[in-house]
Amino acid sequence: MRNVTLVLEDGTKFHGKSFGYDQPVAGEVVFNTAMMGYPESLTDPSYAGQLMVLTYPLVGNYGVPPFTIEENGLATFMESDKIHASAIIVADYSEQYSHWNAVESLADWLKREHVPGITGIDTRELTKVLREHGVMMGKILFDDEPDNVPVAMYEGVNFVDRVSCKEIIRYNEGAGRKVVLVDCGVKHNIIRCLINRGVEVIRVPWNYDYTDMEFDGLFLANGPGDPDMCEEAVAIIRKQMSKSTKPICGICMGNQLLAKAGGASIYKLKYGHRSHNQPVRMVGTDRCFVTSQNHGYAVDAKTLGKDWEELFVNMNDGSNEGIKHKTNPWFSSQFHPEACSGPVDTEFMFDKFVEALK
Amino acid sequence: MKDDNIKKVLLLGSGALKIGEAGEFDYSGSQALKALREEGVETVLINPNIATVQTSEGVADQIYFLPVQPYFVERVIEKERPDGILLSFGGQTALNCGVELFKSGVLEKYNVRVLGTPVQAIMDTEDRELFVQKLDEIDVKTIKSEACENIEQTRKAAAELGYPVIIRAAYALGGLGSGFADNEEELNKLAEKAFAFSPQVLVEKSLKGWKEIEYEVVRDRYDNCITVCNMENFDPLGIHTGESIVIAPSQTLTNSEYHKLRALAIKIIRHIGIVGECNVQYAFDPKSEDYRVIEVNARLSRSSALASKATGYPLAFVAAKLGMGYGLFELKNSVTKTTSAFFEPALDYVVCKIPRWDLSKFRGVDKELGSSMKSVGEVMAIGRNFEEAIQKGLRMIGQGMHGFVENKELEIPDIDSALREPTDKRIFVISKAMHKGYTVDDIHELTKIDKWFLEKLKHIIDIDEEMKKCNINTLDKELMHTAKVYGFTDFQIARAVGLEQELHSMAKAGLVVRQLRKNYGILPVVKQIDTLAAEYPAQTNYLYVTYAGVKSDITFENDHRSIVVLGSGAYRIGSSVEFDWCGVQALNTIRKEGYRSVMINYNPETVSTDYDMCDRLYFDELTFERVMDIIDMEQPYGVIVSTGGQIPNNLAMRLDEQHVPILGTKAKDIDNAEDRAKFSQMLTNNGINQPEWSALTSMEDIDKFIDRVGFPVLVRPSYVLSGAAMNVCSNEDELKRFLQLAANVSEDHPVVVSKFIEHAKEIEMDAVAKDGEVIAYAISEHIEFAGVHSGDATIQFPPQKLYVETVRRVKRVGRQIAKELHINGPFNIQFMARDNDILVIECNLRASRSFPFVSKVLKINLIELATRVMLGLPVEKPSKNLFDLDYVGIKASQFSFNRLQKADPVLGVDMSSTGEVGCIGNDTSCAVLKSMLSVGQRIPEKNILLSTGSAKQKADMLDAAQMLVKHGYKLFATDGTSKFLTENGIENTHVLWPSDPDDGKTPKALDMLHNHEIDMVVNIPKNLTSSELTNGYKIRRAAIDLNVPLITNSRLASAFISAFCTTKLSDIEIKAWGEY
Repeated sequence: MRNVTLVLEDGTKFHGKSFGYDQPVAGEVVFNTAMMGYPESLTDPSYAGQLMVLTYPLVGNYGVPPFTIEENGLATFMESDKIHASAIIVADYSEQYSHWNAVESLADWLKREHVPGITGIDTRELTKVLREHGVMMGKILFDDEPDNVPVAMYEGVNFVDRVSCKEIIRYNEGAGRKVVLVDCGVKHNIIRCLINRGVEVIRVPWNYDYTDMEFDGLFLANGPGDPDMCEEAVAIIRKQMSKSTKPICGICMGNQLLAKAGGASIYKLKYGHRSHNQPVRMVGTDRCFVTSQNHGYAVDAKTLGKDWEELFVNMNDGSNEGIKHKTNPWFSSQFHPEACSGPVDTEFMFDKFVEALK
Repeated sequence: MKDDNIKKVLLLGSGALKIGEAGEFDYSGSQALKALREEGVETVLINPNIATVQTSEGVADQIYFLPVQPYFVERVIEKERPDGILLSFGGQTALNCGVELFKSGVLEKYNVRVLGTPVQAIMDTEDRELFVQKLDEIDVKTIKSEACENIEQTRKAAAELGYPVIIRAAYALGGLGSGFADNEEELNKLAEKAFAFSPQVLVEKSLKGWKEIEYEVVRDRYDNCITVCNMENFDPLGIHTGESIVIAPSQTLTNSEYHKLRALAIKIIRHIGIVGECNVQYAFDPKSEDYRVIEVNARLSRSSALASKATGYPLAFVAAKLGMGYGLFELKNSVTKTTSAFFEPALDYVVCKIPRWDLSKFRGVDKELGSSMKSVGEVMAIGRNFEEAIQKGLRMIGQGMHGFVENKELEIPDIDSALREPTDKRIFVISKAMHKGYTVDDIHELTKIDKWFLEKLKHIIDIDEEMKKCNINTLDKELMHTAKVYGFTDFQIARAVGLEQELHSMAKAGLVVRQLRKNYGILPVVKQIDTLAAEYPAQTNYLYVTYAGVKSDITFENDHRSIVVLGSGAYRIGSSVEFDWCGVQALNTIRKEGYRSVMINYNPETVSTDYDMCDRLYFDELTFERVMDIIDMEQPYGVIVSTGGQIPNNLAMRLDEQHVPILGTKAKDIDNAEDRAKFSQMLTNNGINQPEWSALTSMEDIDKFIDRVGFPVLVRPSYVLSGAAMNVCSNEDELKRFLQLAANVSEDHPVVVSKFIEHAKEIEMDAVAKDGEVIAYAISEHIEFAGVHSGDATIQFPPQKLYVETVRRVKRVGRQIAKELHINGPFNIQFMARDNDILVIECNLRASRSFPFVSKVLKINLIELATRVMLGLPVEKPSKNLFDLDYVGIKASQFSFNRLQKADPVLGVDMSSTGEVGCIGNDTSCAVLKSMLSVGQRIPEKNILLSTGSAKQKADMLDAAQMLVKHGYKLFATDGTSKFLTENGIENTHVLWPSDPDDGKTPKALDMLHNHEIDMVVNIPKNLTSSELTNGYKIRRAAIDLNVPLITNSRLASAFISAFCTTKLSDIEIKAWGEY
């Protein structure tokens, strides 16, 4: 394994070894405190442009499941059709794996998809640096190629445009109620959760104007990067809201776009929420949920329009975790009810949405 | 919100430590009491376990040292009138007692509300049939089991399910009376035993080889649920989870598997209606996502204690608050203090629990591990990788191992079968097999242990092999760093590169590597356990040490205000909760005096490893190397080695050599007490008597010595604790056996043999001295004559039958020794006394097992005093002493023979009790009754079986036998005893020994036991020869297996008999500790 150095924007260095694809890379360094689910996280389009640090030190234990695609076009075990994270940074990569459903090691997969992976990093210390400083850009450099220095940008890049589908894709055609799914970088499990509930899904590019299409409900998917880069999508949502009261549901980026359409503004969190253990409370109730999250931006709840209210709040830092319209069936969550990876306690959000379609 | 109607709460403890129910319940009970006190609720605790932290002053408002049994609990309820009761913090003992009180209507009668999980939910999880039904309702798969009421039914069920099957007794502690049966013959044996414990026995299909996964789940009354931790057993299903190496979090589960089981756990807890904490155990198919729920424990458990320590999430504390009516969202994360208690901890380390067995302490015991628990303690190791965690853990269990490799070669005649049939040594068999070239696949085939774990172990072997190619000069920095990251000690490295052989010294070799390592700049770092994987800043003091990191999470003040207290390590026979109590008292005193209290310990069952108890907790090893690492960083004012039993005591000399400031008695003086020759010389110089003794260097020498003084002899090697430390050998056989054992544990120190005096009283002095002057002391007396290990003996304090002159002499000798050894701190001396002659057997310059007992009976905290002495603070001599007490304390031992299949439940050779209780009474009889009932004895109804050993012992028992007859008991006696009783005019029925010819005569002793016609067995072995033991063994073992109370000592039997003949249950006073 070749020696590598992770250099952060502020000059902090961490030394480790390359176990993935041998190629320097740059990106926004973010940490994720989930203890499992690396195949799902790596293929989550929301990680586009980011070097993903896992705080749980042992990674690769159960290998990688086969990258098979079902008849409906969705991956059997993954969240999209490829790895979206720019790199993975771990403390103790497990070279040997053991699982009945694994077909290759994490290292082999990363090499196959040309994604760097580094190990031997004190990811706890790295996390503390990121926590104190806020997320930073970082570079993985190979010690024997000191002059091979990659460059990358995160802010100001429209990652949604990079990961969104380019053409309309239909799932479960003729099944029943029709849902337009705005693909900002959708995870396959959102689609699975919808089609499992017997609806037809029409997946459209993020900036597609669907307002003249025939459908029963609108679903705004998750996606990477800064929601302020997606004004086009916001404008289309506003147009839709002015035309009809059809149900709208959003997740993560979808929550932020819906909030923006409702007049709210967005801010960047110091280091985001990326974990499986974020507690949220449904506002005005005693009901609390453990949720899976992956976002770097949040809705500023104070700026919500008068017709809107908070649906969920984060119990740790009080940040917004979902909004709803006071009269229309429009609601969304900042967290990921589709999980994958993470806890599945909030899948009821899909039930609520599908119920509202009737 | 909190329920304000609850103003007074009764908490049931778990009683004496026993296999399957140990220190974890001191921890959970203490946490619950803390939570209640924080709410201003008045607390009442019933727990006869006097050595626990929860029964200390100020933990509960009223403490009753009484049996946790419906009769006594009802009487306490009658007196105290609590508004609520907590049943789930005292293990199965409290739970069962609570269910009985509920069923009999006592709780309703006194209007006592069960807080937390409702009793119906408890019953739904405890009764197997109800449980399966309940889970069927929500389509959750269980292991289908047939509930059977008799042996015929079990045979039929097993035939239908197909062998192998597992047998379990319903309502039993951690697998008691359970096991695997491969055929009908095995089934018959198991079922009979199981029926002795429970009217209901369950037969299930065995799922051997499946993974075993557990989840700790919490639910509040608003239906909010979280899973705090999941854990994976290293050993596949088939080995009780208490016997398994356990890893947290799970390592081989994918996201989908983890969350499938998590969601099921939440579904189950909601359906059952738990309010508080529960544990869900799964069997999980290693080849698909198929699962079965094994069981649900609707209470705090061993696993929940482990999960609390593994995550930093205080489950018992939170469960108590939920019982008071709070919602999870109303509580704060106690580590970060800012974030919510409604969350699931994210770990950024791996935790490894390893059980500690003491099977070598028991004669005849089955060493194979299976579905019933035999381990007596456990350790938890924390690392940033699996290799580091498991190597730490293997050192922590204190079996003389240095990690996974570089241990003394094990002799395993058949590696294949040792892998296939797991014993307490299996992990080391894996090491040996790997060195011998077994592949991971080979070992997986034989053990069914997941290959991931085996690959990690193989990684340790690979690093080891790599180092073996080097010598100390060719070992490069990178390899050394790798070895340290993966948990190698300096000594393991030294041995791998051949340095130990070169220098002929373990200690020196280790120090050479240590120096070289420091020169390379390879140093450990300190990391925090913060529940959120560093996502939020946390001011936590919960720490571990690792080499897999570049920077410590904390900074050190270097203000010379830290006092490091070394803990007592894994609970084992001879060292358990009593030393935890001592450690906690020392911490409390240090804090109170304004110093920074620092604890090093690694036992997840303890209160001393609760991060609330000290200013800084290092959950780490008590090896010389790790203690030095921590001392290097902490630069403490001093280190306390005298409150944690023998582990820290043994470190004193080596720490002293490194100029570590040891507080209290000087290391040199500790050595003068530990080194038998030096100690004996000192006694001689001072005219203090001791039994004639000789240092053993060869078998010849010892034979000569014994020829002169005769058997029995007392044998003790230096520097070991309990069991192997000091034994009476009454014949050649025993001597040989014991010497083998002792030679194993101590090579560097000579073994001492001394003459043993029969029928002598044994006396203990626990005391505290300052600058060699005794300032407080307690003298107690054993009920049994010398020869029963002091850890097994029944102790009365204050002494009831000692001559005043004897006491005076004990005091005088104690004073002389304190002066000679310049004692500063706690110490304990054991004496033998016959008439007024007193002989010193041994002396420990540290707190002893009986410190909490005498402290609490005397109501003077000897450890607080000792700690003040060690800190150099002024102390006043307490004004009261033992002669002022107008009540009696009795400390009785708890045995766990029912767990230890085939073990001979006889006392003497090795210490074999797993726990103890201490009860206080207005007179001896009351105190004896309370304590004997607390350790599981029952007042017999009618029939008593006697076999009373030698002529002397028979005579000893005569009065008691007479008393029994007078009180209407019916006596059954074996051959010699029957004759003796008849000769003395005591009515009895002669019963046949197991070895008597089967010529149709009746009654037979064993038949009577099997037919449950005997209520109590007094069986006293004449001596310990193996021939003598056979007949008696069968009766003793049958009594244990059939759950009939058994006493094997004539003095104790007499005391108990006299107590229940003179005192009725209703005469026993119900008084709280504070009322004496």
